[in-house]
Amino acid sequence: MAIASKSANSRKVKNSLAKWMITLGGISVLFTLVLIFMYLLYVIKPIFESAKVDAKAQFVIKEESKVLATGVDELKEVAYSITKQGNIDFYQLVDGGGYKAGEKILSQKLVADGERLAQLINIGQEQKLLLDTAGNVQLIVPNFSANFDSGERVIIPSVRYPLGEEYLPIDEDNAGLTKLSFAMDDEKAIFVGFTQDKRLIKTTLLAEDDFSYDTAYEVEYQEIDYAAKRIDNILVTPDLAMVFVREGDQVAVFSLDDDAELKATIIPQLAQNKSTPNHITSMALLSGGSSILLGDDSGKVSQWFEVATEQGREFKKIRSFNVSDNEPVVAIYTEQFRKSFYTETPSGEMGMFYTTSEADLWRGKLHQGDAQAFAIAPRADGLVIFSKNELAIFTVENEHPEVTWQALWQEVWYEGYPEPEFIWQSTSGSDDFEAKFSLVPISFGTIKAAMYAMMFAVPIALTAAIYTAYFMTPGLRRKVKPTIELMEALPTVILGFLAGLWLAPIIEIYLPAICLLLVFIPSSVFITAFAWHKLPREYKTKIPETWAPIILIPAILIAAYAAFALSPVLELHLFGGDVRQYITNDLGIDFDQRNALVVGIAMGFAVIPTIFSMAEDAIFSVPKHLTSGSLALGATQWQTLIKVVLLTASPGIFSAVMMGLGRAVGETMIVLMATGNTPILDWSIFQGMRTLAANIAVEMPESEVGSSHYRILFLAAFVLFVFTFVFNTLAEFVRQRLREKYSSL
Amino acid sequence: MNNWFKSGSPWVWLSAGGVSISLISVIGLLWLIASRGLSYFWPADIYQFEMTDEKGKNLTVIGEIYDRESIPVSQLVHLDLDIDKSAETLERLLIKTGNRELVSLDFRWILVPQINKTSLPEELVVIERRTNGNFYGYIEEIILDGQVVEQSQMAELVARVSDFQVEIEALQTSDIGAINYQIERTRLKERKHKLDNTLTPELAGQFKDKVAGLRAEYEVLEQKLMGLREKVSRDQIVMRAMDGQKVTINFEDILHVTFNNKLSFFAKLKLFFSQIAAFVTDDPREANTEGGVFPAIFGTVLMVLLMTVIVSPLGVVAAIYLHEYAGNNALTKLLRIAVINLAGVPSIVYGVFGLGFFVYMVGGSLDQLFYAETLPSPTFGTPGVMWSAITLAILTLPVVIVSTEEGLSRIPSAMRHGSLALGATKAETLWRIILPIASPAIMTGIILAIARAAGEVAPLMLVGVVKMAPNLPLDGNFPFLHLDRKFMHLGFHIYDVGFQSPNVEAARPLVYATALLLVTIIVALNMTAVSIRNRLREKYRMLEH
Repeated sequence: MAIASKSANSRKVKNSLAKWMITLGGISVLFTLVLIFMYLLYVIKPIFESAKVDAKAQFVIKEESKVLATGVDELKEVAYSITKQGNIDFYQLVDGGGYKAGEKILSQKLVADGERLAQLINIGQEQKLLLDTAGNVQLIVPNFSANFDSGERVIIPSVRYPLGEEYLPIDEDNAGLTKLSFAMDDEKAIFVGFTQDKRLIKTTLLAEDDFSYDTAYEVEYQEIDYAAKRIDNILVTPDLAMVFVREGDQVAVFSLDDDAELKATIIPQLAQNKSTPNHITSMALLSGGSSILLGDDSGKVSQWFEVATEQGREFKKIRSFNVSDNEPVVAIYTEQFRKSFYTETPSGEMGMFYTTSEADLWRGKLHQGDAQAFAIAPRADGLVIFSKNELAIFTVENEHPEVTWQALWQEVWYEGYPEPEFIWQSTSGSDDFEAKFSLVPISFGTIKAAMYAMMFAVPIALTAAIYTAYFMTPGLRRKVKPTIELMEALPTVILGFLAGLWLAPIIEIYLPAICLLLVFIPSSVFITAFAWHKLPREYKTKIPETWAPIILIPAILIAAYAAFALSPVLELHLFGGDVRQYITNDLGIDFDQRNALVVGIAMGFAVIPTIFSMAEDAIFSVPKHLTSGSLALGATQWQTLIKVVLLTASPGIFSAVMMGLGRAVGETMIVLMATGNTPILDWSIFQGMRTLAANIAVEMPESEVGSSHYRILFLAAFVLFVFTFVFNTLAEFVRQRLREKYSSL
Repeated sequence: MNNWFKSGSPWVWLSAGGVSISLISVIGLLWLIASRGLSYFWPADIYQFEMTDEKGKNLTVIGEIYDRESIPVSQLVHLDLDIDKSAETLERLLIKTGNRELVSLDFRWILVPQINKTSLPEELVVIERRTNGNFYGYIEEIILDGQVVEQSQMAELVARVSDFQVEIEALQTSDIGAINYQIERTRLKERKHKLDNTLTPELAGQFKDKVAGLRAEYEVLEQKLMGLREKVSRDQIVMRAMDGQKVTINFEDILHVTFNNKLSFFAKLKLFFSQIAAFVTDDPREANTEGGVFPAIFGTVLMVLLMTVIVSPLGVVAAIYLHEYAGNNALTKLLRIAVINLAGVPSIVYGVFGLGFFVYMVGGSLDQLFYAETLPSPTFGTPGVMWSAITLAILTLPVVIVSTEEGLSRIPSAMRHGSLALGATKAETLWRIILPIASPAIMTGIILAIARAAGEVAPLMLVGVVKMAPNLPLDGNFPFLHLDRKFMHLGFHIYDVGFQSPNVEAARPLVYATALLLVTIIVALNMTAVSIRNRLREKYRMLEH
């Protein structure tokens, strides 16, 4: 008895344990789906978050004279200041390397004894151009190297002189400079300056060998033909192609080749009808050096770049940003590798913007209007502000400024393009490349591919389903249905491979045949049907009408053969011997070998079994008494089919088509292999496309984890997920309703 | 006629046409793959064409006929050919001429009207080589150790060299590979101790000794390898190509020498089957465009087996829950929607999820916890066979669920009631009665899942498949099964060789052969599943009466 009760107990425990385990297993399916959904969202979320600026540290530091420039190392551990006295001072920002945070670790004099700095010009984020009171110039780069000797990382600051440690005279006549700008590459360094005697000069240093390891050079002096009383800004582009010279409200653009010709003049349209006319107050060069930003005293910043127009290339205003309602924009600071910029107004209000996505990322006040120097950290993840007696460090969280809802789904005017466009171009070789993340072309490609596939698949799959379910004898149906469904099991990589390497060349060569097939196949069917209709009765019993699909196979094959045999003849007489040339030259349509037609046919084949199988089930399960009733009332088979069966089964057919569409939208391999994968916006049947799924397959392995590109690809996957979720749930819902309806009938 | 139209009969025929087109396309597709795939293995005739080209020069072309097509004469007018202008079309042949060291392309088109004489000389040989593809030509002489010898010795020489090659291969991959693997493991162990701060000088000495011992072993093996290499490179064969040039080929490069034109039908049949066997068991050569697909088969099978181990219990349990335990409530409805959606979500989305969640998130954390010594080179934080198996397990989960549930729903409820009435608990009824009867349905589900997984490529491209894996995920080095390794896959092999290889034309027959192999596996799996299911349905029908 004791044993029995013990075993009864353990049986009970086992039973409830099994129940819990199985329930857990069942719920885990739901959990998996939710996990996928949530994880995709989790990866996508950061791209839609706004930027954040937080104070990190502040130090009281008293410099003996005004600070002209500041900066910080990549890891934000050491900052520096350059003062009017000509000193560079490095400060430790975090405890380490034997120094406390806020301590001075190195001070170095950058000018000769008794000299002072007249001006300091920031060139990009690293280079500082020093101009002494005698009108001579020196280029320095504050340098940080990491040292691991003591077991921990220590940042060692120093100063680098890319053009030598000597101050150089820039003006041949030594008249003194009021404004100066500069840019260099390995072979050449160009200074453009405005002298006190009102000359615009260009001085070129030509490296004897290569500036990266030898500072020896030759000097070439040149005067640029330009009359101006006063010049406000000079900016040389980093590629040494152009210089922008601002005089009041107009900007002159000179090319920097040997002639130094005036290329263009930019005269912004400012609001002039007010009592006090507006003026340009600041100018900056956007990363990449092809756009300039102009800030005015009405609080607006506008972006300008060169576009190709009917009158040739000219500078155009692309977009503008509302920085402030009443204050002028006194300074614009641009990031080195991205198209972000910061603005500053006299009261110390700052803003952060991104040009391509037109994003207004952040606004705030970081100082009381007393900042002497401002710098962006090299990785764009921090800011340094030197105000009177205080050094302040801020952290910036701004990983994905280039992604906004508008940038993804609306037309964007990219640098160098004549007008706003939808473009997907995620990567390029250069660092300051403007990434073009428009999801429109690839979403369009997805829809295009699915449409062509459905155009091919739906007629065939539905007619086949109707016949198999309604007219076919049970014996034949048992053979035919699994055969067609077998197609669903075929790996899509094989369909894609055949489409790309076998079908695409055939279609290219026998294009007229494909058009002929559209006519030949239906007519061969009708002719065969009519021939059978006219057949004497004794033959009709031998070959019953229920064999129609088998009888039609040879007829269709003959029609297909005829179409292909006629193709070269047709090509010769109608299209001058080469259809492809005819299409491209005479019709002016681009022709890709791997085009939408190939994808439509190949993906159509992949979708046919899905639609066929479900539609067939829906038609087959229409209750028999409905059809019997209709037939008993005198309707023909065909009338019964159209008026009763299809009408009753229509929700099921709809859900079959939905399922097919869902499959076509998400199909990857066929599209990847059967199209050229170019993201274009064109409905043409002779051109390819790039779909969301193929785009993920192509670009995902190369995208950097956590980058905007990576997250946008996740967004593409999410879009696919949601899309198919909606289709599948809808189809399933309709099917459930239908099943209930049938059972009530 | 009008009546005929009114009867609707033409439309019925038109819908029958839909069935016909579907049937033609399925059967035609299978036939296309089968014929192209199998013809790759059949020893082709080697033709010798004497021809005159458009400049009036006489030349000889030797090779296999690869393709033929007819083109309109109008496309060739610019070539200024001496041909019959009245004909509308003209036939041309694509000849595989091989001999890649002499000509840059191993294919050339020739126009049929330019051919003066076609022959099938019996002395023509085709040499299948390890590098540079096939060589077509005549044997001039065979050199054994510097001495010219009889041609009859050739078979013996080829056999001798291939024996040596096998030995070299074994030495390189298993013996030397094992030593390298052990040296690497010793280094990692040492590093692990260092990271944990447990590296005593004593231990360090032990590691050092071990590495030194292994290096000494390595030296010995390398000497042996050098010796074998020398033996292998001893003999040569001198060949005469189609343009009369003489080419010396080392025996170490030769895989087979066959006189295709001399072979009888049965000899060809034998060669055909041995070629198929070689295709299935050999490693790929020449950037996957030649040789066999063994690593791809192995990778596919291993990945699918791993996946089966994961998906079967999960799928069966979920199906049992849905059918036996779940009440008729909102949660069940949600679950069913989840199953339908898991089946409908595009496979690439699973790939993206697998890469982000499993590889970078889970794998990255595993590396931090257990494989800190190998960082920054990742162990599980990079695509591999385990993540592929798990990703595909989620992908195929609905297949197993749907099939198992269908099986469960066909079991008459009388059987459950009988078991419960006799005093069995629900769990016992499940284990003793329901599962055994439903097992063929579960089997069907698993087979269908395997078929689906074997053909899926898109997600694998993100989570673990590579074009060329240096090592199999299963080998003789401890711990034998390397779940972190990348693997090759038949489906990806098709994509890669067909679309990414530098010489697509030459690789195409191999792609057809691979496709045939994959289709055969998948169709066979599906047919097995369907037949099991059908037999099961019959059985249940009998049970009901």
